Amino acid sequence: MVAENIIRRVVTRIMVPFIQLYALYVIVHGDSGPGGGFQGGVILGASIILYTIIFGRRAARKRLPVLAGDIFSSVGVLIYAGVGIACLFFGGNYLQYNVLPFHSPHLAGHMGIFFIEIGVGVTVAAVMASIYFEMSNVDRGKQEADED
Amino acid sequence: MIDLFLLLLLALTALAAVHVRDLLASGIMLSAYSLLMALVWVNLNAVDVAFTEASVGAGITTVLLIAALSRTRRREEAPRGYGRLLAALIVVLTGAVLVYGTVDMPAYGDPHAPAYTHVVPRYIEKSDEETGVINMVTALLASYRGYDTLGETTVIFTAGASLVLLLRRKKKEDDE
Repeated sequence: MVAENIIRRVVTRIMVPFIQLYALYVIVHGDSGPGGGFQGGVILGASIILYTIIFGRRAARKRLPVLAGDIFSSVGVLIYAGVGIACLFFGGNYLQYNVLPFHSPHLAGHMGIFFIEIGVGVTVAAVMASIYFEMSNVDRGKQEADED
Repeated sequence: MIDLFLLLLLALTALAAVHVRDLLASGIMLSAYSLLMALVWVNLNAVDVAFTEASVGAGITTVLLIAALSRTRRREEAPRGYGRLLAALIVVLTGAVLVYGTVDMPAYGDPHAPAYTHVVPRYIEKSDEETGVINMVTALLASYRGYDTLGETTVIFTAGASLVLLLRRKKKEDDE
């Protein structure tokens, strides 16, 4: 599935960093505006999928190896559950963010949400990308045969 | 007015998505449906939901549907016989039951609806103070309903892991 068109390649090369920057903005800005880990993660995953569509699976797999994708998928959930367990260590209930050791309970609540949003974003982005990687696993010849 | 217009467009795109036999066109129709649905959410002032609908429904789902199409046939076979009539009957009956259910619902935007009088006032008044974030939707999802969001993230992880387990093994068998 490698596109030969130079316009598509150049536009993608320019757009992907901006899409990813926007995805990061959406993830970390979810606490004070619309958005959050889920939406930002989906946008980040979409940027990887766009790169894969234009430059092919092999080039994309060089940027995001199979192992890295699998690790990121689980690390996000681990961050989320880990924040919960950290709350237990500081004497609160599971996911009771305001006991975390920050300046004030108010800030601690904010930081707890900030970290779990990052966890959600990492998992969602990696899972979306690996779903596409595994689903689009068709070689070029077979695909053209199907279109006939 | 804009509600009726969006609803009409939604119904039209939904019918078109069901009607076309070309599955690629059907997937793109569903994408347009999701985008219209996102506009409906914006119109209801639910920007977070609209954001999710636009990125997941109109964006990722379409790409994944097309990726799934690359593993199957593009054209759907036209259904024949009495199965169509039976399906139409079931759909109409279910639709009628759903419409009947809306009769009991509170009026559109009614501030005294049960959904707005139980825990919502507490969230509106105290969410910033109690959770430390300004966006009420995020406060609700990440703090008040933190367990649910953890569950959702785990569901996504499980879905990805199962898909990797199913499809990646198949690729290795193909190589051998």
